[in-house]
Amino acid sequence: MEQKLMALSGNEAVAYAFKQARPHVASAFPITPQTEMMHKYAEFVANGEIDTEMILVESEHSAMSAAVGSAAAGARTFTATSSAGFALMWEIVYITASLRLPICMALVNRALSGNINIHCDHSDSMGGRDAGWIQLFSENAQEAYDNAVMSWRIGEHKDVRLPVMTTYDGFIISHTADSLHMLPDDAAYKFIGPYKPGYTLLDVENPITVGPLDLTDYYFEHKADQLAAYDKAAEIVGKVSEEYGELTGRHYGFCEEYKLDDADLVMVILGSSAGTAKDVIDEYRNKGVKVGLLKVRMFRPFPASYIAAKLAGRKAVAVLDRSASFGGFGGPVFTEIRSAMYGQQVPVHGYIYGLGGRDFDLKQVATVIEDLQKVASGGAFEDINLLGVRS
Amino acid sequence: MSSENTAATVDRMVEIRWHARGGQGAKTAAMFLAEAVLDIGMFGQGFPEYGPERRGAPMRGFTRISGEPIRRHCMIERPGFVVVLDPTLLDSPAAGVTAGTDKDTVFVINTSESPATIREKLGVKGATVHTVDAMGIALDTIGRPIPNMPMIGALLAVKDVMSVDDLKNALVNRLSSKFSQAIIDGNLAAVDRAFKELVSE
Repeated sequence: MEQKLMALSGNEAVAYAFKQARPHVASAFPITPQTEMMHKYAEFVANGEIDTEMILVESEHSAMSAAVGSAAAGARTFTATSSAGFALMWEIVYITASLRLPICMALVNRALSGNINIHCDHSDSMGGRDAGWIQLFSENAQEAYDNAVMSWRIGEHKDVRLPVMTTYDGFIISHTADSLHMLPDDAAYKFIGPYKPGYTLLDVENPITVGPLDLTDYYFEHKADQLAAYDKAAEIVGKVSEEYGELTGRHYGFCEEYKLDDADLVMVILGSSAGTAKDVIDEYRNKGVKVGLLKVRMFRPFPASYIAAKLAGRKAVAVLDRSASFGGFGGPVFTEIRSAMYGQQVPVHGYIYGLGGRDFDLKQVATVIEDLQKVASGGAFEDINLLGVRS
Repeated sequence: MSSENTAATVDRMVEIRWHARGGQGAKTAAMFLAEAVLDIGMFGQGFPEYGPERRGAPMRGFTRISGEPIRRHCMIERPGFVVVLDPTLLDSPAAGVTAGTDKDTVFVINTSESPATIREKLGVKGATVHTVDAMGIALDTIGRPIPNMPMIGALLAVKDVMSVDDLKNALVNRLSSKFSQAIIDGNLAAVDRAFKELVSE
């Protein structure tokens, strides 16, 4: 498939990806660094390039509520937000997944307040990790575009019917001019296909009830049904990604493995930091250090057995979290990976880094690799470490 | 998606830091150059430093250019090229014009003063200093005090990341839907003049 090489920011790339699905409805409220993405989309609508109905609401709580109403009525729907905007959606974020509404969302990662900070970390995504959405992380504008295109097929699949958020790092990806290949509009739409909702409120011949009272009698059974959905969802993420790889030549799995095959030392990273880590991993590989990277693309559903198998037998593993869990045992990614590796004799330690957009530079990657070398040779190490913070 | 960069290609990566005041077009310059090199088969990454944005405040922009896809997303700490759009920033330690520079750094400064005078002001030894009166050129050709495009022209005179003709084509292709022909012509003339009028030591 011939694809045009374009220079776009991450926000612009995702706006194109959403447009290519020809969504019926978009509802959103502006927040930095997401604003530019909806700004671009509004431009498409104003120029008549797409006839999406834009619902400009007065808050993110309303943005997600409007999206739920729209999706329940059977419309292909998306929204986008960041940070505190996502936090304000909270109540409805859970409802979206529980109602099995395949809304797509761009979550442009930004730190949560306070203090007020507009820059990137993953606290917003991680706060929503238990809400029932599929979460796909992106390293660069290309991956943000690709994930956003795929998100429609994944979420709307009849065996999934779940909302999908495509996340990408605020400013670092959202506002950086980067180069990427884009599918032609027709080819993208052909891949995504028209939306066929399973049930809609507007189908008066087949009336349904959405979101009724569900107490001690049935709530738990409904949650059990929902819990069972995620294995299937992971399987469909794999299938859709495979099909997308055949179409575009860009192949995605649950994770990306970089120089992992023979690696004794492994870093686990999400998002844009993975690219920076690759450059430093190459330097250490040139010096004969067997270090590799496992980049988690699909954090929800969490591919626990897949990751545990990939990390089995390594001499040391470092898990980097760009978010903190206050009062918890390490960051969310660390906690899950440690747990997934229960019973294995692989030392796994965690780092919290990059909060509030603190630059994740080449030196920090080198520090982690050198720490891994110490752990691999039997050195003692703290479970949880802070990286790149002044003491 | 993965691609492998060798150490050699990373060494060849051009890293540029732009210094300006908000409103002078450094963000546009940083991002425009990153876009423009795509036309000649190179890869570009352009980003400004975001903070409390306001007209007149010191700000920085960054451009990376490489023959390979650019994977790193960190700040540029050791720029090979430092382009200063506003000479008053040289008097402001907070602007950090010389931060992370060394004897191999190339400075391109918008000023009507000589490279020797600017070198003294910068207090650097060994680095290469070039000057160009980009503000004068911008006022002559574009009619507005926005020195970003002439500074790209001046940069190309010291580092041929692309030819002036390729840059001008990119400028026409990307700006003609947004600006009048008069503005486009002014920018093209500004690029040409700055390329020719650069003063080196």
